[in-house]
Amino acid sequence: MKDWRYWLAEQRGMLLALGIFIVMFIIYTSNHPAGFTANVVQTAANKGVLLAFVAMAQTLVVITAGIDLSVGMIFLLTNCLASWLVVGTPMQTTLGVIAVLAVGLLCGAINGAIVIYGRLQPIVATIATGAVFYGIGLLLRPFPGGSVNEDLADAMTGRVFDVVPASLVVLFAIVLLIWVPFSRSVLGRAAYAAGSSETAAYMSGVPIRRGKFAAYTLAGLLAAIGGLFLTFFTYTGDAAYASGNAYTLFSIAAVVLGGVSLFGGKGSAIGAIFGALAFRTIGDLLFVFDFDPLWQPLFQGVILLIAVSLGAFALFRVRNRLEWFL
Amino acid sequence: MDSAVPLFQMEGISKRYGGVRALEKAELVVTSGSIHAILGENGAGKSTLIKVMAGVVAPDEGRMTLDGREVTFLSPAAANQAGIVCIFQELSLVPDLSVADNIVISDPPKRFGMIDRKAQRRVAEEALARAGAADIHPLALVKDLPLSRRQMVEIAKALARKPRILILDEATSALTAADVSKIFGVLKRLRSEGLALLYISHRLNEIAELADQCTVFRNGRNVASYKAGSKSDNEVVELMIGREYSHIFPPKPATVPATAAPRLEARKLSWADRLHDISLTVRAGEVVGLGGLDGQGQRELLLAFFGVLRGLSGEVLIDGKPVAISSPAAAREDGIGMALIPEDRKTEGLMLPMTVRENLSFAALDRLSKGGIIDRAAEQRLIDDMVGLLAIKTAGLDIPVGALSGGNQQKVVIAKWLMRQPRIILLNDPTRGIDVGTKQELYQLMRKLADAGAAILFYSTDYDELIGCCDRVLVLYDGAVKRELVGAEITERALIASALNIHGEESPVGLGASA
Repeated sequence: MKDWRYWLAEQRGMLLALGIFIVMFIIYTSNHPAGFTANVVQTAANKGVLLAFVAMAQTLVVITAGIDLSVGMIFLLTNCLASWLVVGTPMQTTLGVIAVLAVGLLCGAINGAIVIYGRLQPIVATIATGAVFYGIGLLLRPFPGGSVNEDLADAMTGRVFDVVPASLVVLFAIVLLIWVPFSRSVLGRAAYAAGSSETAAYMSGVPIRRGKFAAYTLAGLLAAIGGLFLTFFTYTGDAAYASGNAYTLFSIAAVVLGGVSLFGGKGSAIGAIFGALAFRTIGDLLFVFDFDPLWQPLFQGVILLIAVSLGAFALFRVRNRLEWFL
Repeated sequence: MDSAVPLFQMEGISKRYGGVRALEKAELVVTSGSIHAILGENGAGKSTLIKVMAGVVAPDEGRMTLDGREVTFLSPAAANQAGIVCIFQELSLVPDLSVADNIVISDPPKRFGMIDRKAQRRVAEEALARAGAADIHPLALVKDLPLSRRQMVEIAKALARKPRILILDEATSALTAADVSKIFGVLKRLRSEGLALLYISHRLNEIAELADQCTVFRNGRNVASYKAGSKSDNEVVELMIGREYSHIFPPKPATVPATAAPRLEARKLSWADRLHDISLTVRAGEVVGLGGLDGQGQRELLLAFFGVLRGLSGEVLIDGKPVAISSPAAAREDGIGMALIPEDRKTEGLMLPMTVRENLSFAALDRLSKGGIIDRAAEQRLIDDMVGLLAIKTAGLDIPVGALSGGNQQKVVIAKWLMRQPRIILLNDPTRGIDVGTKQELYQLMRKLADAGAAILFYSTDYDELIGCCDRVLVLYDGAVKRELVGAEITERALIASALNIHGEESPVGLGASA
């Protein structure tokens, strides 16, 4: 077999998500009253990157065969925190941003420490820490409010050269700065190996614990970047419980759409990003068709089911039933 | 220049697991430039010994020296660092990573802090070539490779770590004959390069060919060390099992008359590109072997009978009546009564974390329950029968089956199916990686079941087993039956010749004439 075929096999999930996204986005823009304009793209990008960051965070943990049910709450907590700290002079704003990101890292590190060193199940551990993070967010912002450095916010949600949405540029930069180095580092490989077969990884002397810890910690950081962007878009902090939960669940949907295996060891954050963008576009499709918004959750669910089923089609071709369980 | 100091030495090593003594004051001396075979039944302490050497478990007492200096290994990584690399029986490859990723996994080449994929590929290709497995593509995912190729990757991975002491624990158990001879060449070359090799195998003929020195373990102690070739197979086996050892194989009865109606019959069975027009019959009371090189469709054939494969063409007949078996659940139904003892007991045969009791009764739950409620008393009776019949050694019925030794796990798998009193028993290489004593019990059991009226179809990669156990052997090649050997025709030469599909050359004619 040629090299490119192996590459293709590896990227199948990501390419499928990309394909779904492109199709959905074409349907969306071609039915949008304004059509394919910089404005429409900018709005879509701004909504899409929020989920994209949270989905990237989820990807890192899912690769280790874990799951992080606190990503949505880290996202909220950092939003609330940013609405206090990311204000004032450029210097103060910069320190504020650093503080917010540091808190995200800390949240992720706490999750990692509990799961790895405390040996708790990731689901239980992150439900608990998620509640704690939400609780802190609620204390910070019992009611929606606060503010943000609007110059920074506008720059981040605006357009570069009047065409490219700035949020997409940032997303791209984060991929280059965090995902690419991680996935090509020893720690990243350890995370994959631990997710695929923890015993085999251990027997091979792979730094499993450090790899998993890095994955959880970076997940916290990525969720915090999402939280910052939420603040840039809304100019406020809001500990909205339902929204946090929705982001957590949608991040799992986006990850699966993007070809990341919930069993661990397989998939990439880039796939998850396209999964997130596709999922967001699906949600917005109804608006351009002038449907009652009440239909949105139902419609989104159905499309998600169909999309995930696409990935399962391979099972119908399986002729040895034992392969169903691999 | 102190040649008196051995490369590696273990003294007074003991290890207990709970109340079980796995190792008791074990001693071992390893010297450079030699192949040292470790023999012993399963549960004799070999695996624990290796795990201690490789840093997987810490000994309770005793000391280890490397180059005369005392060492302790806190992790497999530490042992690797010291130059001790182990190829474990349970494969230590990560399934979702590529071959190249796996080969360099303990210490990938780096550039600017990131893994250098080009260098990684080069290292992997080199290691694969050294292991004689250059046919494996470094970008292939490990999970897409068949077992025998994975084992070659495992060997390449070990070589890439530049070991001083290389431990091979049943490393050839899944290899094809061609790979085994390649690997032997590689191992002999490594010996000449000054490596110390520890070789654990249940195959005495392999050890005879390869080893310089042998050490036998029994009950956690090293009971004998001798120069390879200085003892006969029978003597070695006696040392291993510690009792008089006469006949491994039970006597075969007079051949079942060919006129008897077949219990299981296949007519022109084909599947995908793996099985081609296979026709065969198995009569009640008969043990029919499946031979040939590994991977010629034997496993697929068994899976086909057991209702696992979809899109079969051809016919399967039970007691002369055509049947369509759509799933393993259908295969075990009363009219069919089929059981399959799988090859991979850990994934297809047992639920490791569940108890011995639960595992035993799974396949027979429908018979043991009324209206969905399990009849505990009936279950207990049947389980007691089976544990007795198979002499399963377990500390209790309510411990996880994963805690048993390999041989006893395999007995549980077999017992589980015997609880249904199957009429047709398919065995897929059931003795792989289990000890001589248990093997012997299994051979006897197989014959007992056949005598009681079961029809047995038995795939084995071990020619001795086919010769010793089977009334007839069908040799498969490339998914088709190439040859049928009956009774005295079943010889090693005939098996090998037909397995390699070299008909006529080494005169199977002569064999046919004598039959």
